[in-house]
Amino acid sequence: MRELWEFTQLIRSKNAGPFELTFDIMFKNSESFHEVMGAGQLSAALIAQLYHVRAEDVRFFVIEPLLAVKISIPRPVFSGDMDDTDVYGGQFHGPLVQMPVTRL
Amino acid sequence: MKEKLKALAATGNLSTGFREETLVEAVRQGASFVGCDAGSTDSGPYYLGSGKPRGPREGTKRNLRIMIREALQSGIPVVIGSAGHAGGRPHLEWTLEIIHELAQENAWHFKLAAIDSEVRKDVLVDALRRGRISPLFPAPDLQELSIHKAERFVAMMGIEPIQSALKAGAQIVIAGRCSDVAIFAALPVLQGIPKSVAFHAGKILECGSASVVQRYYPDCMSAELDQNGFTVEPPNPAFRCTPQSVAAHTLYENADPYHLVESGGVLDTTAAQYQAVSDRAVRVTGSSFIPSAEYTVRIEGATLVGYRSIVVAGIRDPLILRQLDTFLSSLRSVVERKIADSLKLRPDAYNLNFRVYGRDGSLGVLEPVRQLDGHEVGLIIDVIASTQSLAADILPLVWHTGLHHPIPEQSGLISNFAFPFSPPGMDAGPVYRFCVNHIWRLDDPCEPFQMTLENV
Repeated sequence: MRELWEFTQLIRSKNAGPFELTFDIMFKNSESFHEVMGAGQLSAALIAQLYHVRAEDVRFFVIEPLLAVKISIPRPVFSGDMDDTDVYGGQFHGPLVQMPVTRL
Repeated sequence: MKEKLKALAATGNLSTGFREETLVEAVRQGASFVGCDAGSTDSGPYYLGSGKPRGPREGTKRNLRIMIREALQSGIPVVIGSAGHAGGRPHLEWTLEIIHELAQENAWHFKLAAIDSEVRKDVLVDALRRGRISPLFPAPDLQELSIHKAERFVAMMGIEPIQSALKAGAQIVIAGRCSDVAIFAALPVLQGIPKSVAFHAGKILECGSASVVQRYYPDCMSAELDQNGFTVEPPNPAFRCTPQSVAAHTLYENADPYHLVESGGVLDTTAAQYQAVSDRAVRVTGSSFIPSAEYTVRIEGATLVGYRSIVVAGIRDPLILRQLDTFLSSLRSVVERKIADSLKLRPDAYNLNFRVYGRDGSLGVLEPVRQLDGHEVGLIIDVIASTQSLAADILPLVWHTGLHHPIPEQSGLISNFAFPFSPPGMDAGPVYRFCVNHIWRLDDPCEPFQMTLENV
């Protein structure tokens, strides 16, 4: 079984303002993009489960011309609030890096 | 109407800097103006709440010196947005003080425009009462009371206040809180470049050289804009842009990859085309700008939550690590009793957070890996109370109790924490919270923004 990072050239998270988080996933090439998207694990449902948000609040964009996926969610804790752990939101992508990708 | 004009971004953030030779060469090759973003909400609510700039002052001054010197020499304007990081009045004043210092030191003379974006609380309350303010999603609840309790509010200006300053003949424009894109779109739109082109170019330029393939260090970025599109090319010959790198940057820090919401409308990049015109320049065409029915600006505000004191400690004893959750929860109950006894404070009167690095320090409750696999953890004991002295009083009760808190496997007095510092604890100052994520409907885009013109 391979992990998501083996197919990508960039996996990152970042604040999109203090109230939202956004994830950018850029694939190495068309083959990697289609293999991961075809396998189906990377989905709004997975993001909802991983980041404790409602599936309807997950915005999931597949940008094929850029071989990229962009996902945005409301921040579970607003940036800089008392119990926030990551003011810039730069490490929230961690769990996605090792997401298992099962070949078709 | 200008056929073509060249927008130059000094760097992605004024405090970060750029290479002097890159900027000098780029201006001399014919830039129409130099812009630079100086702020962000990325570093959290502290700067807006406290009124402190993010600095560093000397670095900011060096960058402004080079930008203004070159711009005055070439007779082009300089536009700085989100002065002093948060763009409030103290941040604007801090930046203006540097500008005045520079003018005096270098015997420069120019027309300076300062645009204040701080919003008075009574003005905001009035707008709220008149139903002019609406929440975005997600948003904290905004009431009259929460407005009065907050430290400071700013409105984020669009292109219009900057255009007013330029029309009034300002050579140096220092704007308070400002849309990053507006810094670079204001002048081009004023000179007849379509908003679809100017706003998309602004989105690429606002991060300086971030849209290159490999950004070795922060530096300038430039774009040549015309009626049909723009060509982006890094002025530093060591950098290059590709269609992929420029298109990818449109995604950065933006929740929706195709729709960038700005004051006055939405930039739609769905149909944008990115074409290489050389091995380092990219032509961008095809975006559209959809004007909004009502003109709105974003409001930002910060409220004081309390004062923080912290301790950093390592835990290396495997016997503690294997029962860390139980250890910390039993410590918490002992400590709550002590704080109640000695300071007469109930647990809801302060915030005590054990941040465990090596387990879930980065992700908190979102960490899916719950077991501990390392041989040590870093613990931050994070106390927030209503005053700094109260936080500083609570903190030693927590760490000293924790230092000797017993575990069943060890009999006799043990010392559980490895403190790297003496004193172990430190005061971390005031803690703020972003208290608003709302938009404000305006009849006049310049309404909340006060411009002051001055001949320096």
